[in-house]
Amino acid sequence: MTHSVIELPVSDADRRIARLAALAIGLTLAEAALPSPVPGVKPGLANIVILLVLLQHGWRTAAWVSGLRVLAGGLLLGSLFAPGFWLSSAGALVSLTVLALARHLPSRHFGPVSLSVLAAFGHIGGQLALVGVWLLPGAALIKLLPVFAAAALVFGTVNGLIVTRMLAAPAPDRRQSAPCTLP
Amino acid sequence: MLLRAGDAAVLLAGAGLVVALTLYAWGGAQGDTAVIRAAGRVVETTSLAHPRLFSVNGPLGTTQIEIQPGRARIARDPSPRQLCVKQGWLTQSGQAALCLPNQVSLEIRGHTTAYDTLGY
Repeated sequence: MTHSVIELPVSDADRRIARLAALAIGLTLAEAALPSPVPGVKPGLANIVILLVLLQHGWRTAAWVSGLRVLAGGLLLGSLFAPGFWLSSAGALVSLTVLALARHLPSRHFGPVSLSVLAAFGHIGGQLALVGVWLLPGAALIKLLPVFAAAALVFGTVNGLIVTRMLAAPAPDRRQSAPCTLP
Repeated sequence: MLLRAGDAAVLLAGAGLVVALTLYAWGGAQGDTAVIRAAGRVVETTSLAHPRLFSVNGPLGTTQIEIQPGRARIARDPSPRQLCVKQGWLTQSGQAALCLPNQVSLEIRGHTTAYDTLGY
């Protein structure tokens, strides 16, 4: 009987994705503890991480981090495969699609705020589309559209400004992008 | 520099979208006709084009209805709680002010009505 060992080589990119995803998951959990005046209106703090990853490591890494965040966030919050999880997935999917297109905008004129606002609208658009098609077909969603759109505009702007500040600030502690020394 | 030129454009477009959605979702149609009822029967149907004053008699006394271009209101009513008077000006199609003790009502209508019928 042969003794077989399956080895999965872990690359630096894998470690980076895991580390950034952990950051995004942490923000997702922290945000779930925040009370919200309107159900469904959330600041979307994890999108700060996604946006930073997109701008520093490219779209593929951002997609990985976003997908892992949705999956692990669902696991940790106990909403895996529940409606909230699918809403999250739909939002993340559309928002990533929007970002894939929007990151080709000339960066001379369009900074992180543009990307963040567009991604926020994508997020809410994806979620509402899923709600309208699958969860609550025929409900008077139109009356809620202005609330969600305004929330997307406000939180998208704030998140974008945070990303701009973080990119502009000199980082004294570069641990986040240094090679991981763990075995 | 926090905002670039394109960012401002995106923010403006986003704000425009929010305003458009708000108007589309929450803005009702402007009314152009006032329907006045007493004891359930229509006593007057008038356009909101010209300022006018109507007096309608009910069980408690006289209710005064004031019409101005684009809007109408119950100006005076003998009812004890004055609810219909406090409603103020009505402008949107489908809005109504009811003076129940005096059995007088004022309803605004437009080209498109929010409801097929209102029963009260």
